Amino acid sequence: MAKQYETVIGLEVHVELATKTKIFCGCSTAFGAAPNAHTCPVCTGMPGSLPVLNKQVVEYAMAVGLATNCEIHQFCKFDRKNYFYPDNPQNYQISQLYLPICHDGYVEVDTSTGTRRIGIHEIHMEEDAGKLIHDEWEDCSLVDYNRSGVPLIEIVSEPDMRSAEEVIAYLEKLRLIIQYLGASDCKLQEGSMRADVNLSVRELGTEKFGTRTEMKNLNSFKAIARAIDGERERQIELLEEGKPVIQETRRWDDNKEYSYPMRSKEDAHDYRYFPDPDLVPIVISDEWLQAVKDRQPELRTEKLARYKKEFDIPEYDAGIITESKRMADIFEEATALCGKPKKVSNWLMGETLRLLKEENREPETLDFSPKHLAKLIDLAEAGTINQTVAKEVFEQIFREDVDPEAYVEEHGLKTVNDEGELRTVVEGVIAANPQSVADYKGGKEKALGFLVGQTMKAMKGKANPAAVNAMLRELLA
Amino acid sequence: MQITEWTALELGRMIKKKEISVREAVDASYQRIAALDGDLNSYVTLAQEAAYARADQVQAGIEDGSITGPLAGVPAAVKDNICTEGLLTTCSSKILYNFVPTYSAEAVLNMEKAGAVILGKTNMDEFAMGSTTETSAFGPTKNPWNTAHVPGGSSGGSCVAVAAGEAPYALGSDTGGSIRQPGSFCGVVGLKPTYGTVSRYGLIAYGSSLDQIGPIAKDVSDCAAILEMIASHDKKDSTSVARTDCDFTSALVDDVKGLRVGIPSDYLGVSPSMQNRLAAMVGPASSIRGGESGPGLDDEVRQAVLDTADVLRQKGAIVEEFDLSLVEYAIPAYYVIASAEASSNLSRFDGVKYGYRAAEYEGLHNMYKKSRSEGFGEEVKRRIMLGSFVLSSGYYDAYYLKALRTKALIKQSFDRAFEKYDIILAPASPTTAPELGKSLSDPLKMYLGDIYTISVNLAGLPGISVPCRLDSKGLPIGVQMIGDCFNEKAILRAAYAFEQARGRFLVPEIAKKDNANGCVCQRNADKCSGKETSFAAASAANGTENIQKTAADKEGE
Repeated sequence: MAKQYETVIGLEVHVELATKTKIFCGCSTAFGAAPNAHTCPVCTGMPGSLPVLNKQVVEYAMAVGLATNCEIHQFCKFDRKNYFYPDNPQNYQISQLYLPICHDGYVEVDTSTGTRRIGIHEIHMEEDAGKLIHDEWEDCSLVDYNRSGVPLIEIVSEPDMRSAEEVIAYLEKLRLIIQYLGASDCKLQEGSMRADVNLSVRELGTEKFGTRTEMKNLNSFKAIARAIDGERERQIELLEEGKPVIQETRRWDDNKEYSYPMRSKEDAHDYRYFPDPDLVPIVISDEWLQAVKDRQPELRTEKLARYKKEFDIPEYDAGIITESKRMADIFEEATALCGKPKKVSNWLMGETLRLLKEENREPETLDFSPKHLAKLIDLAEAGTINQTVAKEVFEQIFREDVDPEAYVEEHGLKTVNDEGELRTVVEGVIAANPQSVADYKGGKEKALGFLVGQTMKAMKGKANPAAVNAMLRELLA
Repeated sequence: MQITEWTALELGRMIKKKEISVREAVDASYQRIAALDGDLNSYVTLAQEAAYARADQVQAGIEDGSITGPLAGVPAAVKDNICTEGLLTTCSSKILYNFVPTYSAEAVLNMEKAGAVILGKTNMDEFAMGSTTETSAFGPTKNPWNTAHVPGGSSGGSCVAVAAGEAPYALGSDTGGSIRQPGSFCGVVGLKPTYGTVSRYGLIAYGSSLDQIGPIAKDVSDCAAILEMIASHDKKDSTSVARTDCDFTSALVDDVKGLRVGIPSDYLGVSPSMQNRLAAMVGPASSIRGGESGPGLDDEVRQAVLDTADVLRQKGAIVEEFDLSLVEYAIPAYYVIASAEASSNLSRFDGVKYGYRAAEYEGLHNMYKKSRSEGFGEEVKRRIMLGSFVLSSGYYDAYYLKALRTKALIKQSFDRAFEKYDIILAPASPTTAPELGKSLSDPLKMYLGDIYTISVNLAGLPGISVPCRLDSKGLPIGVQMIGDCFNEKAILRAAYAFEQARGRFLVPEIAKKDNANGCVCQRNADKCSGKETSFAAASAANGTENIQKTAADKEGE
């Protein structure tokens, strides 16, 4: 019988924090500026410059730690990680090795086999590096230090995951928590959330861990899942052939669905970590810690429970809506404005999800204002527009965030409630469709639907279908 | 008395009284530089154009009442590891031969606010690593008392400039004695403040946890006034301390009645265990200078310390000897910590962003290797290697952590001492200035010369060195006074009282000559006229390559 293997996975997740300024200087963290626009002597490593810690970074790190059940080191330090590379202007990265801010936490994730607890070894703060651009034509490299000094937290898990499913569930959980905290937007594609996968396999039932590899360059959940399956297969194949797994860092190529060795343990750097003498230890008082605890926003589990109590919406809907902080925010704001949670929920669960899927977008990218959705609901409820028009207007809100009132006005989409005008049109439709009229009178209910449709068409959709229906019945009675 | 013999405060008063203009004060310094600096080599870069423009600006400010400080209009020199916006800042290293900062150090900004005029940047041991100013890529600086001798280091250029009248005062930096030791060799007063008193922003780091900028001047009053001017709480430096007691000049009182002065007996003599340890480090103690009195402590220096104690005792101070302990551990702890920090601090000099890059290289790794191998001098490379070694995995605990623990213990032994004493009196250096070329051949011996100054940095304490008298060779002997953290006032008071008894200190012969028409050597004429000189001329002795010292001579741009 073939041997059974177990996969053991631990993750190192880097998250770019949503601070306005960098971790050790006052430069902006805004994405997409001209190269080196957001730089100063500190984040370009000029001689004589000194780092000063951004307090907000500590608060975000604490918030994430508290939300993931971590202990907080109330006395922690920054260390220098020394290595030479041009994207790192000082040739050392300021990070935390000896006393990271958070340690020994966990999150619980739901998988197809039930709830699992994934341990968090530590969370530490550090600075991001700049970006190198290799100019093949000029045979030179250019460096952009805009990202240099952008604050990161690194969340290091215990080797507690056993499958790609658990890894994705863990990452989704982390992302949701961090988004709820407002600590980061956690976009994998843009690199504001990055995961390195440490993976080893061992024969089922054995205690001892196998030799692990670390995989980098994973920029979507799908790529992570593929890389895990690929690496698992590769390692099992090696073991089956009686070859050793080499401890090394590998780079995943998602197009080729294969990983390549980057560097092995032998040529691993000696980072010569030591406490950064330019920064004083961070002392987190009980009061400060309590203040951060008090400010912790409602997280998903609590929100879900509250929705159940406060709003009359299906539990399933509440689950979907709270899976995205942005969606939940829209739900709450729109509901507060129009007072109709069920209607708001319907728009989000129906049209919103449909359009997101159509555009292949994540709910976190929703950018329309909740007040426009609330107004749309009011307009539909008041009968100012009918359902068909409302859907059309919603698409405009979804895409362009238009003001529905102005849009309806501008495009003449208001439902015609003038009974005289409606009567004239209905009379015309009856006159033009004698066969259908005869069918209806002969007992074919369906024929009425056709006549309603013709009337709506003649009125360019602006009629209230219920009114048309009533009018037809009246005139054909 | 010539203008160049006045103290900075005297000059400031004369400027305020309009006895002399700021421009004349600047002129006097530059004339002295023109006459002497070809020989002394205390400056790396002169900033004439900017200095004269600035002189006029400051003059106007003094006249309209917008600049009022006691040092308004007084010219000054700045050590070349302190950033000056638009003015070449090289750390006396080839690797920064063309580095022009886009910002000024906080201490320089404070000086400028108070109306200082910067004359130029002074020579130093490369990256402040050395005790002789011989490791400079721009050639050694010479001692004005005897040009066959070194001025000490690393702030040798600043101390010589002040001693020879080439600058009324100067800024230096002190990581292990780099202000106090050359101060004592050159017969000037040098003060290393409590760690955190002067912002390190803009000071190109050597050992970050030990570095402090401090004043170098002709007398104690000047030092107090300069420190008062440059000390500030700077939000850009996380290690900067918010102090409310920076009125240092208030301590200039000739009264030491009841002042408790301790002299560490282990500084003056050698215990057998200490002798063994030092022998283990550098061979038999007899091979170290001196022999009879201390770990190379020269008898004349020892006597000067004891005589200084007598002066203070006569003025009413209570002086006694005590056992400081741990003295022999200071040097190894210092060289581990300072080198470790330096190995990391100096990694940014890689040829990528600024400074020297090797002319030819293949690929990134080779560019790093060649640029750094060619750009750094021997002593700097030695300390980078030492520092990298003690931080490497497997050795961190044995060396670096142990050194940090030693540092904490040294601080504790000082804490205990300051429970009993207001100040500690000590030598500044075991000897007076050695001859040029005698120190670098045996680095360990050179490191031992720092024994009296280093522990002060490890403990973060303030220390001042004050000239006492000349030795039999005609070289100045300095004594050191060490205070508890944030107690600069105690050492200023003691030093001031001592100075009152001693009287105005001597001026080196070389600086006495009326040299308005003095001999101006060729290199210096070039330096002053802004012409380019060959880097080789200045650094031939050091064996550095021939690169054009272009920017250095186009100062102030």
